[in-house]
Amino acid sequence: MAPQGDPILEVRDLVKHFPLTQGIVLKRQVGAIKAVDGVSFELNRGETLGVVGESGCGKSTLAKLLMALEKPTSGTVKVNGEVVDLHKGSNLKRFRRNIQMVMQDPYTSLNPRMTVGDIIGEPYEIHTEVAPKGDRRKKVQDLLEVVGLNPDHINRYPHQFSGGQRQRIGIARGLALQPEIIVCDEPVSALDVSIQAQVINLLERLQNEFGLAYIFIAHDLSVVRHISDRVAVMYLGKIVEIGKDTEIYDKPSHPYTQALLSAVPVPNPEGRETRERIILQGDPPSPANPPSGCRFRTRCWKAQEICAVEEPLLQIRPGTDHESACHFAEVHDVVGAS
Amino acid sequence: MSDTLTEQKPVKPPKQKRPASLWSDALYDLRRSKVFIIAAVLIAILVVMSIIPGLFSPVNAFDSSTCDLTIARQGVSSAHWFGTDNLGCDTYSRVIYGARISIMVGVFSTLATTLIGGLLGLLAGFYGRWTDTVLSRLAEVFFAVPSTLGALLILAVVGRDNAGIWTVVLALSVLAWPMVLRIMRAAVMSSKSQDYVVAARALGAGPGRIMQRHILPNAVAPVIVVATMNMGVFIAAEAALSFLGVGIQSPDISWGLMIADARNRFLQAPEALLFPALFLSITVLAFVMLGDAVRDAFDPKLR
Repeated sequence: MAPQGDPILEVRDLVKHFPLTQGIVLKRQVGAIKAVDGVSFELNRGETLGVVGESGCGKSTLAKLLMALEKPTSGTVKVNGEVVDLHKGSNLKRFRRNIQMVMQDPYTSLNPRMTVGDIIGEPYEIHTEVAPKGDRRKKVQDLLEVVGLNPDHINRYPHQFSGGQRQRIGIARGLALQPEIIVCDEPVSALDVSIQAQVINLLERLQNEFGLAYIFIAHDLSVVRHISDRVAVMYLGKIVEIGKDTEIYDKPSHPYTQALLSAVPVPNPEGRETRERIILQGDPPSPANPPSGCRFRTRCWKAQEICAVEEPLLQIRPGTDHESACHFAEVHDVVGAS
Repeated sequence: MSDTLTEQKPVKPPKQKRPASLWSDALYDLRRSKVFIIAAVLIAILVVMSIIPGLFSPVNAFDSSTCDLTIARQGVSSAHWFGTDNLGCDTYSRVIYGARISIMVGVFSTLATTLIGGLLGLLAGFYGRWTDTVLSRLAEVFFAVPSTLGALLILAVVGRDNAGIWTVVLALSVLAWPMVLRIMRAAVMSSKSQDYVVAARALGAGPGRIMQRHILPNAVAPVIVVATMNMGVFIAAEAALSFLGVGIQSPDISWGLMIADARNRFLQAPEALLFPALFLSITVLAFVMLGDAVRDAFDPKLR
């Protein structure tokens, strides 16, 4: 799907620091977990932006910031060119109608004591202007049909459904307010592989039908490649590389992206033994005390003095066609797909 | 799309049009629960007994002229179904007339502690931070007072001249609500962090809706269990206070008072103790069964 017109979502220098405090009564701040530290990107209408990165790199915090569930330390989120103001109720309410989320675990994201009808109908009770009271039940049944569930099951409880069906219920709840953006926080990682494909296909079908834009957060690189138009790679609270999916997967220029891609399992046994594997040394540094300059330098095989001194900006580098935050960015096809 | 439920369920095809909700489903379930029906019938009988005791007993136990010292401590007979007590009063009519105070103390103390402890526990668990600090420390102050000693003190001060059912309810409630608060707070804290609460917040639900629709239904089960068990504890505590001479006083009649009076002559006249104790047990059992049935009805997974 080709991006068109103005971006629907614009994120500028988004920062979230969680304070680390000491003491019980007189709390004093001794530091901060820099979960998200200056993230900027744009999302176009009907586009899917995949966000990948290892555990603890700030993907989920980014999702919470986008959903206005956490207050950003600084930075702005603009939807349709309008800044989201957490302190203005009407603004926030309008914003919530436009951006919804699908959560990771379908077993905990549905209230076990509500019927499916109540779960999917709750958005209408909160945003009463979307659907008049008499229409709501019909709308819920329509939504069930849209996500491929039997509308007659409206009176059932979540535990009467399988994991994949529950995730469909979660998607139906997200669709209820007809948002333009859906943030999917690892929507398939809790599901069986066979069910993953069904849910992914459903998400793609809904995107075509309703023109949705997705932020698709995942750590499964193949899934992200399949669904995304563009991909952002995060490391320790920052985007290190962002570009079209083909650019990222076939022509990765940041060493971290290359290492990440080299870890993707290859189903074909031919040549599996001989392909290049980049194995990073050590663990990711603590986000409370990230390295100076480039955050990846402690594990990077290309690191030089400049990496410790100067922070590489996310920009188009010589020899690459997309933005990369590395002083020594250089296209290196690790997967060997092109 | 192949994982839609395709198998036909033979039973339960009718009421498809009925818009189900937790409440309507729970009521539907309760009406078909044997445990609930037995408990409800027992409680209904006990309530009628405490409102119009004359319906069950021809002898007015409040009238001391019906007692006859010459027939004290008799066993079961056709004239005195449950025998007679130390003062020759008919135990059966006293048990019937004693239901009122025992049940009122039990019910009202439970209501008061559950409402106060439940509400404050919900607020403390939901808002956390200083709300939690203030409410929890306050609860700990009351928790620190040994309950019998505290009740004795309250009754000695407040109830010196007007010892009666309401002062007993007050003394018991003031000391027992912190336990409910703690249980509610813990349950709320564990359901507050669930994903479905986050999802509701993302939809724009306010704190009131989140507490009412998402947290309370998922946190109330342990409180119901404790409340029904407390019912029996309160009736027994009322007996203990009456025995110590600060609770309900003769000529009022309560099961606790009767048990306390009959204790010393248990070997000569066991009936005078056994029958009020039996009624006490049945009452407590009925409320525990009721609590059990209600808790199960509000858990869809048990359906």
